[in-house]
Amino acid sequence: MTRRRGWTSAVAGIASRQTRVLLKSPALLIPSLLFPMLFFAALAGGLAELARVPGFDYPAGYTSFQFVFVLFQASMFGGVFTGFAAARDFESGFARRLLLAVPHRSAILVGYVVSAMVRAAIIMAFVTVVALLAGLDLIGSPLDVGLLFALALLSNILGSLWALGIALRFRTMNVAPLMQVPFFVLLFLAPVYVPLDLLSGWIREIADVNPVTFLLEAGRALLVGEAGPVGTAWLVILIGGIILGIWSLAALRSAERG
Amino acid sequence: MNGSPALALQVGAIGWRSVRRTLRQPATIIPAIAFPIIMLFVTSAGLRASESLPGFPSVSYFDFALVITFMQGAIFATAGAGTDLAADIESGFLDRLALTPMSGAGLVIGQLGGAVVFGVLQATFYLAAGLIGGATIAAGVGGVLMIYAMVIVMAIGFGAIGIAAALRTGSGEAVQGLFPIMFTLLFLSTVNLPLDLIPVDWFRWIATVNPISFLIDAIRSLIITGWEPSVLLVGFAVALGIMVLGVALAAVALRGRLLRT
Repeated sequence: MTRRRGWTSAVAGIASRQTRVLLKSPALLIPSLLFPMLFFAALAGGLAELARVPGFDYPAGYTSFQFVFVLFQASMFGGVFTGFAAARDFESGFARRLLLAVPHRSAILVGYVVSAMVRAAIIMAFVTVVALLAGLDLIGSPLDVGLLFALALLSNILGSLWALGIALRFRTMNVAPLMQVPFFVLLFLAPVYVPLDLLSGWIREIADVNPVTFLLEAGRALLVGEAGPVGTAWLVILIGGIILGIWSLAALRSAERG
Repeated sequence: MNGSPALALQVGAIGWRSVRRTLRQPATIIPAIAFPIIMLFVTSAGLRASESLPGFPSVSYFDFALVITFMQGAIFATAGAGTDLAADIESGFLDRLALTPMSGAGLVIGQLGGAVVFGVLQATFYLAAGLIGGATIAAGVGGVLMIYAMVIVMAIGFGAIGIAAALRTGSGEAVQGLFPIMFTLLFLSTVNLPLDLIPVDWFRWIATVNPISFLIDAIRSLIITGWEPSVLLVGFAVALGIMVLGVALAAVALRGRLLRT
């Protein structure tokens, strides 16, 4: 029981420290908030003309279509940004002291993941408010919309575990592009600008098997209360979480040795 | 240590260190080169449907989108130059440097030299990828040289902004936070569609005044149209303006940092 309490208190301590650092530092918080909101504005506003492409038939309109993408992107990048925080902690020496002080090292990983989820929840709330002001149309039932938000929030874990795996392996901020670039590319290999049916060629073939496609398709279906690959999306979260969990735990072992 | 020869030596030493340091970090340079190329292919495939919109230029979306790589290269220049300097601040290297006769100008210009070398290397890869992907440069060889000139001015300007952020915050994480902001600025421009095909008023207004749009239009004109002196002049003027602003911000931030040191 004591061991468990020690683990829980380490998780809570790390998560609350990371959250405090984020909230007290405008240089960290503002980009986290601005990025998805401006991205939403850029996509929903700049590409609205794409709703006129023959075959575009999303019932809630282009703004709502893009909202789902930005919600997932905001959540996943909330996780990636936490990888930056871990790398910074290694550069400053704080993470080394943490490794010495916390006997159950998995608590370190979970602490960072929990802080990433708090960060994502804050960002998602901001994005949603902005989207509602911009004309977001929530057609689905409260349960559907709730499931959409749950799915988006949990996708944050995937971003966190990936970025933490990189941060713990290299232990420097210089690898920040390695944390964000693969996720960015994966996101854009999904049907971002137009529905899946309007993609053609090689990108369609990749989008068909891209895990992010299932998240976006499920999210867009939930937003308007239609049938979509919601079950597959949960499987993506589960299987992705297991694989990336192993990846980040292996990185933690590498950090312990290094 | 005063006078231009000494300054040139300082700039050379810091610049060479910056270049070597960048080249020794594959985890930094590979994404900075590969990401814009990947995004070029991904975005041009994802937005191919735009070709069917009335009013879209009569070129392939791939040619239209090639400019994205050069702009993303500039964004990486911001983050790259700044992150390295932030690491120097976090490790105490800058504090030790402040005890030497090294001038502030030497430090900033040297770091920018590294950004320029890397920017030219990036642009070479981007051009090669574009040509392999089937793009043509309508303005010919002269147009390619003009693109390199724009890239150099942009690398100095955006690199200086990254350096200013590093000197101001002393945090690599904060500098990396500029990456998404710059990326958003890129998207709030004419990068994806021509101005005439942006239907939302407020977006069209932002894209019209966004300096990034002028840079994009200048490079894009060389790729898809040929020589358009007025577009090029405006693009160069904006690039030079960003350079002057970035260097001024870096100079002010350096003064503040050295005072704190």
